[in-house]
Amino acid sequence: MQGDEACAEGAIVAGCRVFAGYPITPSTEIAERLAIRLPQVGGVFIQMEDELSSIALIIGASYAGAKAMTATSGPGMSLFMENIGLAFMTETPIVIVNVMRGGPSTGQPTRASQGDVMQAKWGSHGDYEIIALSPFSVQEMFDLTIEAFNLAEKFRTPVVLLADEIVGHMREKVVIKLPEEVEIVNRKKPLSKESFLPFKPDEDLVPPMACFGEGFKIHVTGLTHDFSGFPSSVDPGVHWKLVKRLCDKIRLNSEKIIKIDERFMEDAEIIVVAYGAPARSSLRAVRIAREKGLKVGLCRLITLWPFPQRKFLEYAKHAKAFIVVEMNYGQIVREVERCVQGKPVFFLPKMGGDPHTPNEILNLIYEVNEDEF
Amino acid sequence: MNFEDHEETHPLDNLILSERMPHIWCPGCGIGIVLNCYLRALIESNIDLNNVVVVSGIGCTGRIANYVALDSFHTTHGRAIPIAMGVKIVKPNLKVVVISGDGDLFAIGGNHFIHAARRNVDLLVICVNNFNYGMTGGQVGPTTPFQSVTTTTPYGNIEHPFNLPYLATAAGAVFVARWTIAQPFALIKTIKKALQKSGFSFIEVIAPCITLYARYNRLGGPSEVLKYLLQNSVIKNGIDPALVDIDKDKKIIVGEFIDRDRPELVKELYRIIKEQSGLELKSIVSGG
Ligand SMILES: Cc1ncc(C[n+]2csc(CCOP(=O)(O)OP(=O)(O)O)c2C)c(N)n1
Ligand SMILES: [Mg+2]
Repeated sequence: MQGDEACAEGAIVAGCRVFAGYPITPSTEIAERLAIRLPQVGGVFIQMEDELSSIALIIGASYAGAKAMTATSGPGMSLFMENIGLAFMTETPIVIVNVMRGGPSTGQPTRASQGDVMQAKWGSHGDYEIIALSPFSVQEMFDLTIEAFNLAEKFRTPVVLLADEIVGHMREKVVIKLPEEVEIVNRKKPLSKESFLPFKPDEDLVPPMACFGEGFKIHVTGLTHDFSGFPSSVDPGVHWKLVKRLCDKIRLNSEKIIKIDERFMEDAEIIVVAYGAPARSSLRAVRIAREKGLKVGLCRLITLWPFPQRKFLEYAKHAKAFIVVEMNYGQIVREVERCVQGKPVFFLPKMGGDPHTPNEILNLIYEVNEDEF
Repeated sequence: MNFEDHEETHPLDNLILSERMPHIWCPGCGIGIVLNCYLRALIESNIDLNNVVVVSGIGCTGRIANYVALDSFHTTHGRAIPIAMGVKIVKPNLKVVVISGDGDLFAIGGNHFIHAARRNVDLLVICVNNFNYGMTGGQVGPTTPFQSVTTTTPYGNIEHPFNLPYLATAAGAVFVARWTIAQPFALIKTIKKALQKSGFSFIEVIAPCITLYARYNRLGGPSEVLKYLLQNSVIKNGIDPALVDIDKDKKIIVGEFIDRDRPELVKELYRIIKEQSGLELKSIVSGG
């Protein structure tokens, strides 16, 4: 099965019943598959007039009580930005898939890239936090789509699946698990209508979610609001409290969110950091280096945002150097540099759509290995 | 009179959130009249108020969502219609009503308007046409009459406005009407009718912005504007919407222009679900 198709199947298993989108390479197969599959399981697929309306529609659908998703690539992601802020501010669980292609602008529609990593984190205006996951196989296109829904529902926040054209279009064997075989998280619901405040958080900082048509008569707004949900947009205290909580919801729970795939890391002196498609060639390079007796490990990031900064502080205590492999001109490498306390960080960028070859990575590993630290 | 002892109630007390008063609208603003007519139409229609959702965009008109004791969503600028569609698709039993401004619905959100009308999704869209961008200080918009003065057309508007009923009709709306704030009872009646329609219904309400448009174009204060609207409106039910364009020197043609039927989007979506899954669903809520 293809990565994009596995993503569509994962969405269905996660309970997604509404998809709205606008065709764009290399994500279109997700839409095409869901156009067939959703009506078969009692769901709705709708192709919208653009990406602005696609994300808007799924926000409305989520507030009516459905799990909902959209999928796109860079140009469409740029159009999502304002409503990613709306979803964050109104605590709307939605899943956004970005199968990254070469940018900026129309760029390389059919070639892979990892150029939208910083955009996912910083692209919408104001202070916000995003959860972004990076699949490196067709199986993970399936598994992480489910994970994305679970995180969105658990934290009432938009979650991005940041895939790339290679994993989106690649074909591999995939195990389609049944809903009974995986953990499925559904949003917390309010226990009673008595003096219910729709945006009053529980201890986990997440408020139970009342939806439209449930008799709560809730007001939802992108304006700064208090626990009642009604706007209070000039009081500095209300704004500070709200935005701080919305960010802390993710920052303070980051240990629960973050997933890393560590290979050969026990005694690693050189740590290769990669995610998505380049993590595949990185793994190969690290294996070969190990066969040659070099103390090299792979840290494959599954969660890109929130960035696992604590983990990197730990790594920095033992590792001698880091090699960051990305299909862009320098994005996650900045986070690594920020977190490793001045330890040397080598960067292996690549743009144009071809993934790094294991040899390219291996050569840098050898070079770094010969350096004296 | 002691205010505390005052026991008289307002007929809309249950629907307007008095604790949210005062509202943000200027004295004499027509948006209040539209809100009043809308809420009265809801009450007179005997609709279960737990099943009504108001969705609005950004602007003075968009603030309507902030003051009603109903499920309501105050969205992003221009995106009220697709958000309302999302709600309607998941819970077709809800009456989803979009109330927003001319700029919100026809400039930044214009594409969504024509596509929702084309799809014939069951929504009622009420546009308060105040001839400008009220919230941001009276700039020109897509409905500002030719040659009018606004803060961004200081030498007169050289562009021509949309004829909104004509646009809605051409795009596929099944019910199209226009009134001004000087005909509130007709407006209530029309809203009631539109609430019963299945499909995309559109009502334009002419309510010139008192503080900005009326001042820059020397239309006078609230009572002069109401008098002007009353004297210059002509009721022509059933007239071809191509003929109802608004121009400074022309009468404002009002009435119910279009009432027709076409297959409705959400019903069709559920028909496909039934055909493909055998499920006869009333909603598509996840996990429930
Ligand atoms: C993306 C975006 N652009 C611009 C604005 C600023 N803005 C707020 S309201 C508004 C215009 C509102 O005009 P209209 O829809 O006619 O509503 P009115 O205030 O006249 O009722 C604009 C441009 C915004 N909020 N968002
Ligand atoms: Mg306006």
